[in-house]
Order: sequence, then structure tokens, then C-alpha cells
Amino acid sequence: MKILLNQQSTDLPAQASVQDALALLAPRPPFAVAVNTVFVPKAQYPSHLLQDGDRVEVIAPVTGG
Amino acid sequence: MTTDPLVLYGQSFASRLLLGTARYPSPAVLQAAVQRARPAMVTASLRRQGINATNAGNSFWELLKSLAVPVLPNTAGCHSVQEAVTTAQMAREVFDTPWIKLEVIGDDYTLQPDTQQTVEAAAILIKYGFQVLPYCTEDLVQCQRLIDVGCQAVMPWAAPIGTGRGPMNPYALQLLRERLNVPLLVDAGLGLPSHAAQVMEWGFDGVLLNTAVALSQDPVAMAGAFADAVAAGRAARLAGAMEQHSSAQPSTPVLGTPFWHHDKAQA
Repeated sequence: MKILLNQQSTDLPAQASVQDALALLAPRPPFAVAVNTVFVPKAQYPSHLLQDGDRVEVIAPVTGG
Repeated sequence: MTTDPLVLYGQSFASRLLLGTARYPSPAVLQAAVQRARPAMVTASLRRQGINATNAGNSFWELLKSLAVPVLPNTAGCHSVQEAVTTAQMAREVFDTPWIKLEVIGDDYTLQPDTQQTVEAAAILIKYGFQVLPYCTEDLVQCQRLIDVGCQAVMPWAAPIGTGRGPMNPYALQLLRERLNVPLLVDAGLGLPSHAAQVMEWGFDGVLLNTAVALSQDPVAMAGAFADAVAAGRAARLAGAMEQHSSAQPSTPVLGTPFWHHDKAQA
């Protein structure tokens, strides 16, 4: 299946989880995840299965006003 | 701790200045500016990490931790209730804090907050246990609605973000102070320490600013100037200003004025 991982089209096997997607991105902690604009808590990374077309956002701290 | 703390959601802060972390010439200047201003909180945000992210995000995180100042994450860039709520939830996990500066933008040109969606998002976040500091306009009714849904402080703008124009609507801002009993912080649009002192004299409880310090010629010195101005404005508010008069009133005693002044007056 194809998902959008931080806006980049990414191939993943069926039944892949958020944790599998994160393994491809290898983000440096700390970070947080949303799928289709819904927050996914850390504890749910292994159990949250992705669907074809899902939009996964991984965000990290930056400066802000 | 000061005898006159800023109290937000039951938590006391020694400073009444909240400082943004964006647009500084370098991380070292940001660090020095924060050390000079000693703000109550510093704001931060969240953005995407790219594939094979560099350690740029990490270095900011390390800097943030080294500042040892409470972090106020924002929802900058959000345009809907859903985006703002999700961003706040992500921020709570990343920064490990219930604080959130709620921003829901309604117009990209002015960065004016969406008054209706800000209230809707605030209501949800309060129910989720967040301590919401909402960025809003100086509209009295919107501020009241934010308080109605559980916000224990509101943060009206002085002018559009990053403009440095100072309070554009003094009447409405002063009216907020007259009508509302929660802490009020001016957020956005301040350019000079005198702007900060002015709103503090009007009775605002604090100010949040970023660009006025970050884009000044000497951000570290300007951070100190704003901290001093906020403290001076607050002290003046507590001291109570004199009543204004329409005609001159001599400050030097008139009794015992030497004779030559009388001669001059009669000439």
C-alpha cells in the first residue's frame, strides 16, 4: 500500500503499523505522530494499523512565537 | 518568589513577560536573550521532520532544555478546530506540558485569529485538561466566550503578528481590563518597550512577544529593555497614576516666590 509520510509517497506492506512507518523515517526524539490529522499517542504506535492512502505526519520541536 | 507574581491557572510566575523563540540571528543570541529577560515562559512550536531528518530539531530541543524556563507550545499555522486540537495533543506529548497557546488563524494576510473556531477549540482543549492561553482579538464578546468555555486567561493582540505597531485599539484594550476579571496578556504586535509599559499601565497582567526582540539590532539588550518595561509598567499600575488636569498646575510651591517674579508678572 501507499501512504503519505510527511507528504512523501511511501510504500509499505499491508498491515503495516505506525511503528513500521516510523522505522522508515527514523525521526530523532522527541516527536509526535498524527494519522489523517488525528493524534496517535506513543503507546499506540505498534497497534495502530495503517490503511492505503493514510497521511502520516511526524512533527518535532521548532522555534515559535 | 516575587510578592506580585503572575498567576495563570493557579501557577505563579515571577516574570510577567513571555518570550518567543523564533527569528533570532542565532541560537546563541536566543539563549542570551532568554537569560537576560528571564521570562515566565518561552514559546515553541512543532513542524514536520523530513526523511533522514538532520539534527537541527534536536539542537533546538537541547537548547530549550538548557534554558530551564517553562515551555508554552503554540498551535501556530492551524486553520481549523481539528488541526489545533491535534497539534495541541502532539505538543502535550512532545513537551510534556498541559500549557498550550491556542492559535486558530482565520485570515492569512493579517494572521487574524478565527474568533469562532478559537472558542470551539478552546472548549475542547479545556475538557481534555489543557491549560489554554488563547490568542484572540480585542473583541470583548469573544474574550468573554473564551472565559465562558473555561479559559482562565485570554491573550488579545495589540496589532497583527510581527508588525511591531503597538496597541492599535487602545479603547477596546482598556475596555477589556474594565470588563474582565481574568488575567489578560497582550500577545502580538508590540514593537517597543514603551508599548509593553503602556499596556501594563492599563492593567494588563503580562505580555507575550517575539519579533520585537528577535529582529531588533541587539536582541539581548532589547530583551532586557522589555523585561524592565514590563516591570515598570506593572509597578506604575500598582502605584496608581495621578489624575490628569486640563490646565497647568505649578509643581514648585508658589508661596514665598521672590519679589522679582512679581515685578515681571506686573510688567
